[in-house]
Amino acid sequence: MSRESQIGMGENLSGGRISDSASAVRDRLSPTSGADIVGLFVALLMVLLVLDIVRQLVTGEITFTSILEYLWWGLRDAMYIALAAVGLSMTYSILRFANFSHGDLITTGAFGGWAAAYLVGGWGIASVGELVLVRATSGGVSPGEVGLQVFASPVAILIGMVVAGAVTVLVALAIDQLVYKRMRDQGGISMLIASVGVALALRYSLAVIFTNRKRGVTASAPDVGPFTAHELTLVLIAFALIVGLHLLLQRTKLGKSMRAMADNKDLALITGIPTERVITATWIIGAAFAGISGYLIVLDRGSVSINLGWFLLLLIFAAVILGGIGSIYGALVGSLVIGMTVNVSLIWLPSDLANVSAFILMILILVFKPNGLLGGVETA
Amino acid sequence: MSSADSPDVEAQRGDAESVDEDASVRSVDDAVLNVSNLHKHFGGIVAVDDTSFSVERGSITGLIGPNGAGKSTTFNCITGVYEPEEGSVTFDGTDITGWEPHQVANQGLVRTFQIARELPEMTVLENMMLAPKDQLGEHLWRSVLPGARGAVVEQERELREQAWETLEFFEIDHLAEEYAMNLSGGQRKLLDLARALQTDPEMLMLDEPMAGVNPTLEEKILDRIHALREDGYTFLIVEHDMDLIMEHCEHVIVMHQGGVLDEGTPEAIQSNEQVIEAYLGGEV
Amino acid sequence: MSTDTVGSDGEDNAPAPMVRPSWFADIGRIAAVVAVTYAFFIILGLLAGLNVNYMMSFLERITFYGAVFAMGALALNLHWGYTGMFNIGVIGFMGVGVYAMSFVTASPDASPAGLGLPIPVGILVGFLAACLAGLVIALPALRVRADYFAIITLGFSEIVRLLVLSGSLRTLPGGYGTGGGSGISAPRTDSVVPWLQSKPVTGEIVDSIIWAGINLGGVPDSVMENYIYTGILIGVVILIFLLLTRIAYSPFGRVLKAIREDELAARSLGKRTDRAKVVVFVLGCGLMGLAGMLWLGRRTLVNPNNVRPIWTFYIFVALIVGGAGSNTGSVIGGFVFAAFVYDGPRYLQRVIESFYEVQAPPTIADAFVSSNPMAVIDYLVNSMDEIRYIILGVVLIVLMIKRPQGLLGHRKEIAAAVDLSRHDTSRGGANTTDESGTTGSSGGESDE
Repeated sequence: MSRESQIGMGENLSGGRISDSASAVRDRLSPTSGADIVGLFVALLMVLLVLDIVRQLVTGEITFTSILEYLWWGLRDAMYIALAAVGLSMTYSILRFANFSHGDLITTGAFGGWAAAYLVGGWGIASVGELVLVRATSGGVSPGEVGLQVFASPVAILIGMVVAGAVTVLVALAIDQLVYKRMRDQGGISMLIASVGVALALRYSLAVIFTNRKRGVTASAPDVGPFTAHELTLVLIAFALIVGLHLLLQRTKLGKSMRAMADNKDLALITGIPTERVITATWIIGAAFAGISGYLIVLDRGSVSINLGWFLLLLIFAAVILGGIGSIYGALVGSLVIGMTVNVSLIWLPSDLANVSAFILMILILVFKPNGLLGGVETA
Repeated sequence: MSSADSPDVEAQRGDAESVDEDASVRSVDDAVLNVSNLHKHFGGIVAVDDTSFSVERGSITGLIGPNGAGKSTTFNCITGVYEPEEGSVTFDGTDITGWEPHQVANQGLVRTFQIARELPEMTVLENMMLAPKDQLGEHLWRSVLPGARGAVVEQERELREQAWETLEFFEIDHLAEEYAMNLSGGQRKLLDLARALQTDPEMLMLDEPMAGVNPTLEEKILDRIHALREDGYTFLIVEHDMDLIMEHCEHVIVMHQGGVLDEGTPEAIQSNEQVIEAYLGGEV
Repeated sequence: MSTDTVGSDGEDNAPAPMVRPSWFADIGRIAAVVAVTYAFFIILGLLAGLNVNYMMSFLERITFYGAVFAMGALALNLHWGYTGMFNIGVIGFMGVGVYAMSFVTASPDASPAGLGLPIPVGILVGFLAACLAGLVIALPALRVRADYFAIITLGFSEIVRLLVLSGSLRTLPGGYGTGGGSGISAPRTDSVVPWLQSKPVTGEIVDSIIWAGINLGGVPDSVMENYIYTGILIGVVILIFLLLTRIAYSPFGRVLKAIREDELAARSLGKRTDRAKVVVFVLGCGLMGLAGMLWLGRRTLVNPNNVRPIWTFYIFVALIVGGAGSNTGSVIGGFVFAAFVYDGPRYLQRVIESFYEVQAPPTIADAFVSSNPMAVIDYLVNSMDEIRYIILGVVLIVLMIKRPQGLLGHRKEIAAAVDLSRHDTSRGGANTTDESGTTGSSGGESDE
């Protein structure tokens, strides 16, 4: 990490040195060697792991199909992480702060969307209260009875998805008006802390309304070949949305403004790009994606709880950081890496440690390559 | 690690300057600061391009040039804020190329900033007390352990006296207990300078020290700078005020577009066509 | 710090006015806040006719948590308020401390097994373990900017939680292990109270306190024992407070503030900011480990549920409420937070319930369609646990919008080991400048 990047930010200083004594000595490490060493180590590790996969294939410890399975899961996870990461990355670059309430936007979409889906798809099967609160109490109707799965009730599920996006957008815009707008000129740290407050208030408002019970939501659907129907739905829809985003960024004026602002807000102001409009667009796209992501996660996993988004937040941060903060395409790449890391590591690690590998990767990137894997590349 | 002036640098020194012999209470070395072939770029922009110059010990040397010439970047490369890609910096016989800022400062080379870096939520006095070197209390254990703290307290009292003295000299003592962020721009620059003096450096690099300072005080400070020069301090001053440069500097270095355009006595510089062109914005 | 006492050198003023040392005044302030809070809850409780036992238990609990949050906030203040190091992994360091201690003190026959060493050894090891964790984080992360550093620390605390939760590390060779989701069972730290009771002098004191509680207040001895343990915690808080105040009013503290304000400027003056940051981070983490041990060690079982990030955010709010950068603020914030946000709402719920019967429907939907007009209110009162977090969130938001410097953030706490007012060497030099609005605190004079 170069020294220069920190000058004038009034924040932590730069440098690539490890300690005082190390640098005073003549044969000190050169600035980038910290990153180089770690990079080398990681590369070496990758090679060893690939070799080990081959070994395991040969000895029969693992089958080719299960490797494919891990890769598929990696892709699937990457998809919903990507939807969420895009919004987080945009907020970070355009609004200049780490939004710790982003996870709860995901949860908002999940609950809002499934409330709608239940109302539409479950009408008549259970009371309105049970439906709109998505089975807040036990002892009522079961998910199977409500029967929401993609083949049986495609319309309901589709409507739910749209509502998920819409509700999250409304909530995000309201929060921006109430909270973040008043803080536009304050530093990133203050806004980060405020966003923690928002996260708590939002999450527990959902808890008051929907109760903090973790419950099943969807009915099971028949498989489609080797995939489950819901997994496939998630991946396809997410992919479509991402392609749509790409088109937006590349082909529309708004997209160009967003890319410009992400790069340099002051420059954007001077050249007359309407920034409040862009900020609103950021929230709309980011929140819609986050909400839909939450909705699709529940579709795939089958259950929902108020901590859904919060538990994912650090992983999403990891994806954004890996891809380079502010880069939307970077966030997509980062999501892929994180999704793959978490799942492929299952070949060696038990499932409850899978996330740990992703977090360690994130920490290494933050320390040694804070500009992300694509560091320094000019992207949207 | 010797600091022999490169032949090029010697050749660059134009006319004979008036060297103040009395200032030399120190070692034989002529040049206390030596910059050789310094190169620094940011992305595609070259900020400092093959810059070389020397600063004579005990002199008041000016560094001038139009905006964007690379003066502040050069300062930053010398003092460790930036790391030059190429070139070397020698201070008082030691190669300090690429050293960290605090290491450079502890060698005796201290600088002030173009935009004053006062420590905003600390009082002026705290700012002053921070500066001096070799403070016992900066080791945690000495500040905390009952036996050791006594010595720290003693030293604090001494530093307090020095701080007040300097503040009184710079006529900002009435602001001593103000938060530094409440000071005006000119007052902050004075604080920056006063604070730098507290480190008891061998050489001071001042980046536009008089910006926002009233003329009477400016004269007083310059007198003090001259007095310090008598005591053996060396000064390298970046200034846009040509009168100040011409009157007080015995040697002037002119930078333009990242490199040294010319150097020599103020008179010689003044009459150099290229220098004038550079300031008027022409290509050289 | 005491004001100018006539020192052995006689250089200072003639007998100074008897102004209280500022740290003393600060403790007075803290005590005042505690007293007022107690009074508030006691009056409320009496009006509501709450069980005295419950009230006493409650007061003990808020004091206990107040002390725990105060310790956490003091340590965090060292990191963030003073040095600008934004550490949101606090609970991770607390967890390292208490898990290390549990490992050391658990019986070799338990499952998971431990080393069976005495608690003081456990506390020492826990402290050092937390320090080591701090070192591991701080060294590579010296150059990292504030928000990235925050994410790193959060990542660290989550890694700790996942590691101790993981079933794979539940049992390790030798019978040791993390205990997975069930945690480690180890001797409780509040066993120090019966230990004190068994010793000659302290035994008398403890016995009399318990006697007073039972006979004068009708408080059972178990609650009284809790009070005594909490009292010990308060003592620890005071010690930490004094230590941190000493650090604050010193050249080292000055360097810390300078790092927060403008690290480049400090380095350009020759300050070794890397060294200072590592030292202060390690010390702070050690203190967090200590807080974790004294808090969680009170339970028989330490488990991964205790290492959730929400606790870090509690301590954060406590610190911000009190004023980041102020040690006194940390303590007051910790207590106020415990009293009004953490435990207070449940007390309030009881108070409300004592006045009229709360019939809370199971869901909010039921509340809306209910024939009972108070149904929604009832439901909300019953959801006090969740609403507590909403209050917490809103408090945080409002604080950051309106007053990012907290309750005491406006105080000038001058980092120097002596009073910095102008001192003439001639007699009768003025020393009356009061730098801050608070009485008697003019920067803190060492009391050597």
